[in-house]
Amino acid sequence: MGMIDQQANPEHRVHISYERIIELVEAGSNVLDLGCGDGELLLRLMREKQVRGRGVDIEESMILQCISKGLSVFQGNLEEGLKDYPTGSYDYVILNHTLQMIHDPAMLIQEMVRVGRYAVVNFPNFAHILNRIQLAFGGRMPVNRNIPYEWYNTPNIHFCTRKDFVELCSTLKIDIVRSIDMTRRHTAPPFLHNWLATETCFVLTNTLRT
Amino acid sequence: MSSESSPVAESLGIVQEHTYTFGPPGEPIILENGRAFGPIDVRYETYGNLNAERSNAVLILHAFTGDAHAAGFHTAESKHPGWWNDMVGPGKPFDTNKYFVICSNVLGGCRGTTGPGSMDPETGKPFGLSFPVITIRDMVNVQKRLVDHLGIQRLLAVAGGSMGGMQALEWSVAYPEMVASSIVLASTARLTAQGIAFNAVGRNAIMSDPHFQSGNYYSDQMPAQGLSIARMVGHITYLSDESMGMKFGRKLQERAAYGFDFADQFQVESYLEYQGDKFVDRFDANSYIYLSKAMDYYDLGERYGGLDFAASRITGKVLVISFTSDWLYPPYQAKEVVFALMKAEKDVSYTELNSPYGHDSFLLETKRQGRLISSFLGSVYGHD
Repeated sequence: MGMIDQQANPEHRVHISYERIIELVEAGSNVLDLGCGDGELLLRLMREKQVRGRGVDIEESMILQCISKGLSVFQGNLEEGLKDYPTGSYDYVILNHTLQMIHDPAMLIQEMVRVGRYAVVNFPNFAHILNRIQLAFGGRMPVNRNIPYEWYNTPNIHFCTRKDFVELCSTLKIDIVRSIDMTRRHTAPPFLHNWLATETCFVLTNTLRT
Repeated sequence: MSSESSPVAESLGIVQEHTYTFGPPGEPIILENGRAFGPIDVRYETYGNLNAERSNAVLILHAFTGDAHAAGFHTAESKHPGWWNDMVGPGKPFDTNKYFVICSNVLGGCRGTTGPGSMDPETGKPFGLSFPVITIRDMVNVQKRLVDHLGIQRLLAVAGGSMGGMQALEWSVAYPEMVASSIVLASTARLTAQGIAFNAVGRNAIMSDPHFQSGNYYSDQMPAQGLSIARMVGHITYLSDESMGMKFGRKLQERAAYGFDFADQFQVESYLEYQGDKFVDRFDANSYIYLSKAMDYYDLGERYGGLDFAASRITGKVLVISFTSDWLYPPYQAKEVVFALMKAEKDVSYTELNSPYGHDSFLLETKRQGRLISSFLGSVYGHD
């Protein structure tokens, strides 16, 4: 039942990649953070990279935390897309650990590369070896520290693998500018990404626009 | 939060009313219609203390039928505190231990500030319908004179709901250099056709009352019936289907079963009648006409060539809050303002509180709204 506790405190898993995202973002740029949560990433980006930042989240409690930190935040539903955001209005549009919770991820990714010069997306890689072993030999949906939910209480409705995502980008004619593969604490070794990365972070851009 | 305990113990206690008068022989105000107007009395109250830097002043802007009495009690005997007592006071979201809070009655009102019921110095009689048609901008210009008079160059925040939110927006666009932040609750940059329609029904009810007499009823009987109907219509628009259902349902007021006669009264009917009757004692029918018209006319973007251009003038931080069940000032309208501000790269935050209370939510959801406001104010006060 430890899984339920972890769900009550999801922070422990999202912090892993903050450093990596902060590294990716150019100083002084304009950032839109989709699913910004308590605003910690935005705050760090503002402090460490002097960005102008804005967050979007659906939860009232998260909005309150962002406002307490003095951040600009919008309570909105990402399922509705970004139709009110002008094309090219941000340097970076970030979607941190949220893609797998979205009903129409393809639409959202396209919207992100429309609104931002770059989109930064990271998500858990479902093809990680631990997941494969749990499913192949345990015969059950993987539950581990990277994806700590039971099938019936998971917010993750659209799991994909690293490979799946690369393929989707090619179909949508979206360029992958950069990718970072991670294990829980470190950069994954430079081979067998789809087996070894627990999480992947992609920097995307719109092929047609650049 | 400390505001959860007894309101009387935690309130400001007895508060004082003040009146500031300006205009001829001094400088009159030029109204949006081009006319010079004055002298003008402004009824206002202040709570808390202005700090040495004069940097902690918050101007609260009341809604349609509100007044300068935002918090505390006028006498030791009075049972009713000011209209936003849950939000304003020591330890409350507009914390009078930290902030110097000002609230004034609007131009055109009937609660101490010059309005159609005031004496016209030229005729020695009440203005009635000879009072100039005033706008939200005119209200703000009058408030600006008050703020100048109080020696405040920059307001930490302007804040209000509904018509008060319109004034907050107008303040931050008209006098951006004076506004460090604005808090806009259940409001809009311009009323919908539906909103105008309900106001029109209210005005019609008043004007068709035989006692209205073209607005010259002050020495005679008030158009009480018309004003009461206007208020009833208003109250319907301030509630929601859900809140009416929760509050009244289909319950009868006095009987247990239908009598199939016109003495049967549903609870909701009795409530509206009570609200209408109560309102007549404290509000002037002509003010109802003038203030509702000011709301109808209001269009923030109009004088600047569009909402985007108006939004680009704002320099302070903005907090916009709407309520899901508010169909009079619907969330999509609040979002129009927010997106215009976002396009102009302004520091704006938006929340849409899930509440069943309709437009009245900004007066009722004081706890959740209060948390957001106190956090927002705290962050502005810390940085400005």
